[in-house]
Amino acid sequence: MRPFHYERVSEPVKAIAIRAVAPNGRYLAGGTDLLTLMKDGVECPDHLIDINDLPFRHIELDSDELRIGALARLSDVADAELVRREYPLLTQSIEAAASAQVRNAASIGGNLLQRTRCPYFRSETVVPCNKRTPGSGCSAIRGDQRTLAVVGTSAVCSAAHPSDLAVALVALDAHVRLEGAGSTRTVALRQFYQTPDTAPDQDTILRPGELIVEIVVPRLDPRTVGHYAKVRDRASFSFALVSAAVVLRRDGDQMRNVRIALGGVAPMPWRLPAVERALEGTGLDLRGVAGALETILADARPLPGNQFKVSLARAVVHRALQLAAGAA
Amino acid sequence: MTIRPQSGHRVDGLVKVTGRARYAGDVAAEGVVFGCFATSDIPAGKVTSVDTTDAEAEPGVVRIWTHENVPRLPKLTHAAAGESLLPLQTDRVTFEGQGIALVLAETLEAAEEAARRVRATYEVEPAQTDFRMALDQRVVIDDWAPLSTSVGDFAAGLGRAQVKVDQSYRTADRHHHAIEPAAVLAIWDGREMLVHDSTQWGYGVRAALAQVLGLPPTQIRVVSEYVGGGFGAKGSVWPYEVYAAVAARELGRPVKIVLSRSQSFTAHGYQPATDQRVILGATEDGCLTAVRHESINPTAILDDHIEHGTLGTRSMYQCPAIETQEHVVRVHRGSPTFMRTPHEGPGMVGLEIAMDELAYALHLDPLELRRRNYAEHDPTNGKPFSSNALRECYDIGAERFGWARRTHPPKSMRDGNDWVGWGMGNALMGTFRFGASARTTLTRDGRVRIETGSQEIGTGTRTTLPLVAAEILGIPADRITVSLGDTNLPEAGGTFGSSTTIGVGSAVREAATQLRHRLNQLAAEPGLQPHEYGEVLALRGLDQLAAEGGWAPSKESGNFAMFAFGAVFAEVRVDALLRVPRVTRLVGAYSVGRVIDPIGARAQITGGMIWGIGQALMESSTMDHALGRYVSKNLTGGLVPVSADVPDLEVHFADEFDPHASPLGARGVGEIGPVGVAPAIANAVFHATGIRIREVPIRVEHLMGEG
Ligand SMILES: Cc1cc2nc3c(=O)[nH]c(=O)nc-3n(C[C@H](O)[C@H](O)[C@H](O)COP(=O)(O)OP(=O)(O)OC[C@H]3O[C@@H](n4cnc5c(N)ncnc54)[C@H](O)[C@@H]3O)c2cc1C
Ligand code: SF4
Repeated sequence: MRPFHYERVSEPVKAIAIRAVAPNGRYLAGGTDLLTLMKDGVECPDHLIDINDLPFRHIELDSDELRIGALARLSDVADAELVRREYPLLTQSIEAAASAQVRNAASIGGNLLQRTRCPYFRSETVVPCNKRTPGSGCSAIRGDQRTLAVVGTSAVCSAAHPSDLAVALVALDAHVRLEGAGSTRTVALRQFYQTPDTAPDQDTILRPGELIVEIVVPRLDPRTVGHYAKVRDRASFSFALVSAAVVLRRDGDQMRNVRIALGGVAPMPWRLPAVERALEGTGLDLRGVAGALETILADARPLPGNQFKVSLARAVVHRALQLAAGAA
Repeated sequence: MTIRPQSGHRVDGLVKVTGRARYAGDVAAEGVVFGCFATSDIPAGKVTSVDTTDAEAEPGVVRIWTHENVPRLPKLTHAAAGESLLPLQTDRVTFEGQGIALVLAETLEAAEEAARRVRATYEVEPAQTDFRMALDQRVVIDDWAPLSTSVGDFAAGLGRAQVKVDQSYRTADRHHHAIEPAAVLAIWDGREMLVHDSTQWGYGVRAALAQVLGLPPTQIRVVSEYVGGGFGAKGSVWPYEVYAAVAARELGRPVKIVLSRSQSFTAHGYQPATDQRVILGATEDGCLTAVRHESINPTAILDDHIEHGTLGTRSMYQCPAIETQEHVVRVHRGSPTFMRTPHEGPGMVGLEIAMDELAYALHLDPLELRRRNYAEHDPTNGKPFSSNALRECYDIGAERFGWARRTHPPKSMRDGNDWVGWGMGNALMGTFRFGASARTTLTRDGRVRIETGSQEIGTGTRTTLPLVAAEILGIPADRITVSLGDTNLPEAGGTFGSSTTIGVGSAVREAATQLRHRLNQLAAEPGLQPHEYGEVLALRGLDQLAAEGGWAPSKESGNFAMFAFGAVFAEVRVDALLRVPRVTRLVGAYSVGRVIDPIGARAQITGGMIWGIGQALMESSTMDHALGRYVSKNLTGGLVPVSADVPDLEVHFADEFDPHASPLGARGVGEIGPVGVAPAIANAVFHATGIRIREVPIRVEHLMGEG
């Protein structure tokens, strides 16, 4: 075993200060991702800073926004009465993730920061993987391509981001509040993840030592409806092959403000702005959406092994729209 | 520890769910050393050097063996061996994951870390891990069952056929994935080797170790109190078990090896994929005139495992001309091994999908087609069946499932967003019978202890055996306890091949019969009643009275063909838009002889049928053939069903007594459950969607696009 220091802190500034002098340190939240990767030898931190005592567990709603502390557990958020009532899409996306046991342990911040991956990422270290060891090559692109992303990829890495919650949050135009040494900033979740071209080992724009403090979701117009649809190989406890979060406002018999994010197809939750625009004003009975849905991922560059994800994405969006609009 | 059975309960259920059951890895020993293999990164070549400098620097390392300094051992020739080649005994590498160094250290963590730090260089040789790319190199080798059979004139039968099916089918590589990883603790006291092992065959481990260590079997004791699932992976003896014992003797300290999940992918075998071709010919009215089934599977460079995908076809249907042929292709992978359900599990996928195809070619109900080809005796060897209630299974299964309401055309049973499909498949599994012995001992309190060297691998042995003895002795089963999992107890065979109730159960029956006989002799008067047993002992001044019993299959019973049979009915729903196949109903009806423990048998079959859902829709251990290794050596990449995948599921048994298989009237239950499930599901998928998939697992991508 590789030895590491362990420390539990209760103040954000303390955590950030320790991390500043431990460049190869990691924050430990629920540990459901980090510890697995440590056991596999993928992550080898020399310092674990346990942040579970930081005061980031709130779930609060005011007239402008919903704020969720980064250390709130997935199950707490999914079960929170105000989330169920005001943001059922969030509850759906969380309940579609992992298992009840994992959701009890896993934090919201950790969920957004779980490593983007393909099956090779967790292989023994001799297996080439640019995301694990930049410059070593990508095994997946000429190997098992089934779970890889189809858009936003590069020859460097084609792994898809695995979070369900992030997909729903991106459809809801959520932001993350970050705190670093002496600075705080708020970033749209849509801008939080980055493509793998230059630094495939960096999934996000989070700076070393920065903490996620909370997630901020704008309030929704009361006529807004949404749905999360997820397709996976078994009925529960597996990552999405493709998922879709759909948010729209019902305006008479038409849909407005359509927002669609896809999971499982890109290194980040993938918005479909052109499709969203094309759907603006179409009927809630979904008649006449076929043309717009045809263009979904028209710019994708699938590999032979994951070609099916493109047509699957169209089907999943269609189903999510049906369910959101009440037309299924 | 005393365990008292309550009717309807697993006697060891409580100790298992409360964590009190002791598994091999739980056993502690003073001064123990932990072992961990460093394994080869390449699938083929020679180890040119192993640098252990960095590994030895890890604090706590006691010793590191490589091919250069390891004690020399003979080849593992005993029949119990899963792999004949013991790693480190050669510099040759024939698969990724083969041990190239064994680290022995004071802690598991140190052993694992040091193993990671072992650096080897290789002379790399070209490797082939994909048997489908080397089909022209197929070979025929010898095995316990013939590799080819032929009855009748196949060409003439096919010539006579009015309708034909000729298709190829595929099953996938799969792993056993027992929740308890393999674990062994070897303790050498200078004279005797005590081995705590998670094994399905304690006596097999003892014999194999005796051979390699050059010790008389009597100086080796193998203890296996509980096994957290084996499914075949722990049915043979593998290198980690041998090396634990060798190291314990060399170091003079106890040595423990517990495999990690990722090591489990290459340390004790897998179920090999099969490529099958099935040719069926039939008359217009659905009577088979010719059947031909070929099956090919990969095996190791140095070891043979034939998956026998055609075994079921030899006996399933009446047909005047049946030909079968098995081949293997040698690839640079570890040896495949038995996995629930070997042979018929993969094999019946080909035959039973082909039968469904034939039914559709004939415009005939798939169940009716099977009824028309019911075999009155074994069509290949001509022997009568010891007992066969398959017709009753058809009746019960069809009735419980509601098969009569099925509409025949594909895509004809839509419900809302879903295409609904109903399909069926036959199950058949050869009956394995092994000799066994047991001892029953009565004590003055009127209680009886059963002792036998069998093992409990989750199948319910501790619950079933008291039921057998209770019937003979006339006392309640909860007054009977069982000791097993120890080679100091009377010898029994391995817990595999669905053989335990037949063999060990019959031995217990015999021992109980002997005990009762002796009690009758000792009794003061004839007509001894069970509640008087204790008094007899008191009368004769005895604290206890023991009787041994043994059983072995009789020669005459070899004149019968013996199989467990079943009929499986599946309902599948496929969302017409999303195309994900999900099983929503399964009904299985089985002919297994007499059912000794109805609840236990039902649990066995339930688990087996769920296992079949995995085979049908999920399980595939994907290999990267460019790297020559498995892509995901974890349970995230290798999916098995979770509770949410388990549908409304019914298990039924035909009322039956097999007079030839065993004195109990029983045949095997443990492995028939998964058979026939995958083809029933594949056939239901066809019925639902009109898309014929000829491989398992069937996944969403197979169903996108068409339809
Ligand atoms: C078997 C299994 C199945 C799963 N299936 C799914 C699924 O279907 N869908 C899905 O969405 N997820 C799934 N997951 C992922 C799971 O949701 C994540 O592992 C979990 O959300 C991570 O949260 P955590 O608190 O345990 O993070 P940790 O493991 O503690 O941390 C993960 C990373 O985030 C960093 N970190 C954590 N919190 C902060 C913070 N506040 N600020 C800065 N850095 C931080 C850590 O340093 C670490 O690098 C699955 C996980 C498992 C183990
Ligand atoms: S796709 Fe990315 S994560 Fe997968 S092997 Fe290639 S570089 Fe590694």
